[in-house]
Amino acid sequence: MAEGDTIAGDAKPRLPRGVRLTHNEAQGGWVLLAPERIFKADAIAVEILKRCTGEATFAAIVDDLATTFSAPRDRIQADVSKLLSGLVEKKLLEL
Amino acid sequence: MAEAATLHKPLGLLAELTHRCPLGCPYCSNPLALEPRDGELDAATWSRVFKEAVGLGVMHVHLSGGEPGARRDLVDIAANAREAGLYTNLITSGVGITTRTMRDLWEAGLDHVQVSIQDADAVSSDRIAGYRGAFQRKHALAAEAVRLGLPLTVNLVVHRANIGRISDMVDLALKLKASRIEIAHVQYYGWALKNRSALMPTAEQVSRAVAEVEELRRKHHGQIVIDAVVPDYHARFPKPCVGGWGRRSLNVTPSGRVLPCHAAESIPGLTFWNVREHSLADIWARSPAFNAFRGTDFLPAPCATCERREIDFGGCRCQAFALTGDARATDPVCHLAPDHARVAELAAVRTDAPYVYRRMEPTDGKQRPIVRSREGQAVS
Repeated sequence: MAEGDTIAGDAKPRLPRGVRLTHNEAQGGWVLLAPERIFKADAIAVEILKRCTGEATFAAIVDDLATTFSAPRDRIQADVSKLLSGLVEKKLLEL
Repeated sequence: MAEAATLHKPLGLLAELTHRCPLGCPYCSNPLALEPRDGELDAATWSRVFKEAVGLGVMHVHLSGGEPGARRDLVDIAANAREAGLYTNLITSGVGITTRTMRDLWEAGLDHVQVSIQDADAVSSDRIAGYRGAFQRKHALAAEAVRLGLPLTVNLVVHRANIGRISDMVDLALKLKASRIEIAHVQYYGWALKNRSALMPTAEQVSRAVAEVEELRRKHHGQIVIDAVVPDYHARFPKPCVGGWGRRSLNVTPSGRVLPCHAAESIPGLTFWNVREHSLADIWARSPAFNAFRGTDFLPAPCATCERREIDFGGCRCQAFALTGDARATDPVCHLAPDHARVAELAAVRTDAPYVYRRMEPTDGKQRPIVRSREGQAVS
């Protein structure tokens, strides 16, 4: 996915097999685990990734986050799109 | 406070479930003395070790060997690892795991599979592995893993007999639909030391291979991830072995001894504790072997004042011992090391001697000897 592309509203983002969001108490936080790789996930990323179940559409995820955090929808859409596009590029997310 | 006082949390656990293996690879990195089947930890003990590992901070477990498929309870062990919360990776030769077992592993929640490939064509591949038919079986297992939707890494171990076919091997990995390739030049530890001169490529071959890998990375960017390990004996700086001694990872042997790295037993005088007698947390923090080379305080000149000492930790302790007789020495791979000339000398020794294949002798009347192949010749 090229820089600047937006994610289609009806895309259903999901973590592929082999990529998992998990919490490790000893390491004190959430991480995204992939083969030989560990990515720390901050609180915002965790809220987004938890919703990437393969069932919810991108538009529904943005709506949900905008409501939950009482934030402007445009701003949320831009942030979520940026995070997810980066993950797609690294093959950590499928649309 | 000196680095030695800092206790980091480990991230990875290499679980060597067994030393048994049907293949006879001349570059086997397992120790010269293999542990017998009757001393292997049972699945319940592995389950406890996995839970303790998660408590310590470990996130990735690599189920390895030998060939992990030699364990009949492999599926239970994998399920326990997954249940403990670990990202579960299977490292297999591809021989000894049926497609049925692969399906069971998938159901147990296995996260990822690594299959080793010895060469791009069947004849050479089977000759290197010392096992006729291995190539075809590896193919079948890799295909089944991909069919199940498991992410696949193909491991390519590079040496003189196959160094000219790296791009063919990468093509093969692409054909197998791998998502990642690990290209590792042979590292000379354990059994591999016996075959060093038969495996050693020329300096020209190595530099061509390094350039070729860079080119392949560019060519396949976005299509497949290529991770490459620089060949030790031809490097300028040493590798930061296991990310620093007792810092990032630990290794549990088939019988439960806990090592800072899988070759650590080659260093004499170290005392390793066993998971049968101690908790993993206790071993990580207090066992003599883990504290032997923690941090960088023990490092002599030129490491002591080197700005890279927190990057590579003076290199590999096992290699320092193997090449200088002193485990505290600067890894001679480093161009600044006093013994660096020794590495160039050894890298220049090449013979066409036949491989000395790794074979596990039966330890009791019940175990079948693992000899099914013809003897091969090293190819120059």
